Amino acid sequence: MNALENAFDLVLMLALLWLAWRALAAPDLFKGVVLFIAFGLLMALAWVRLRAPDIALAEAAVGSGITGALLLSALARSRRLERDNPPPRRRDP
Amino acid sequence: MSAPEPIADHARFTPARLVTLLLVVALAAALGWAVWSLPADSPGLTGQSLAQLPGSGVTNPVTAAVLNYRGYDTLLEIAVLLLAVLGVWSVAKAEPRADDAPASPVLTAFVRLALPVIILVAGYLLWIGSFAPGGAFQAGAVLAGGGVVLLLSGGGRAALAQEGWLRIGLVLGLAVFIAVAAGTMSVGGKLLEYPPQHAGTLILLIESAALISIALTLVALFVGGRPPGRSNRGLSEAGERKDGDES
Repeated sequence: MNALENAFDLVLMLALLWLAWRALAAPDLFKGVVLFIAFGLLMALAWVRLRAPDIALAEAAVGSGITGALLLSALARSRRLERDNPPPRRRDP
Repeated sequence: MSAPEPIADHARFTPARLVTLLLVVALAAALGWAVWSLPADSPGLTGQSLAQLPGSGVTNPVTAAVLNYRGYDTLLEIAVLLLAVLGVWSVAKAEPRADDAPASPVLTAFVRLALPVIILVAGYLLWIGSFAPGGAFQAGAVLAGGGVVLLLSGGGRAALAQEGWLRIGLVLGLAVFIAVAAGTMSVGGKLLEYPPQHAGTLILLIESAALISIALTLVALFVGGRPPGRSNRGLSEAGERKDGDES
């Protein structure tokens, strides 16, 4: 049982790191937001494993649900703004 | 942005990015060292917290900490949420929905089924917060989720236009919290030092008001701007005229 739990924690940890990296590195912002929502759900699971159910509830509802909705609506708005008044020229990094 | 950026731009390795990488690695190492050097078996404040639990008015130690031991922090958190809405409202006004097409019947039917359950769950989480994991923040977030799907399905816009009620709802949590804080001081205690026999009732009162404010705050942030109410129509017209001058 203990080995199973350890294996689960390890997979959870690796999945979190992987999702965090993918969310940050995603070239497509929409993809990044979706990965962030998935990250939040797994993070809630991690809080449960750390025996912090209060934070798990908040993470699932705020971190994943509401923040995801906020980011998606911000993305839609910035796309609308960019379409309505396109920037004259993109500054090269 | 309308088109995905080329991947090559992200993969490019510039000196600035190298410095950032080094700084992040250093930060991670410092954090790791800090965690590693913690005493392995640190009781922290657990003992004192559990010892004070009978007088806190609730039996869930987390709620006791959030609303009793460090009620001042939570008061400021509620104030920060209100400030966030004020900030958003002062820089933007809510956009009318881009597509006025009616929402899909699947979403409408789902909202009809889910919304009562969501409201029930929010109430349950609020109530259970006194005994078990739950509380105003979690319940408020769940209720706000219900508000968001309601808005997405095309309902609730009319309610947002009632700006007076919206403002009252947004301020309610902070107002009740401050009223209780002032009340505890006026009966001779310190700020938010509840009398033990009324602590449970006062915490539930604060949490109920906070639930409404938190949910409305999150929905207002999702709307992302000041709703076009009757009272600020003149203001927004002035803003539009100014925008026109600039272009």
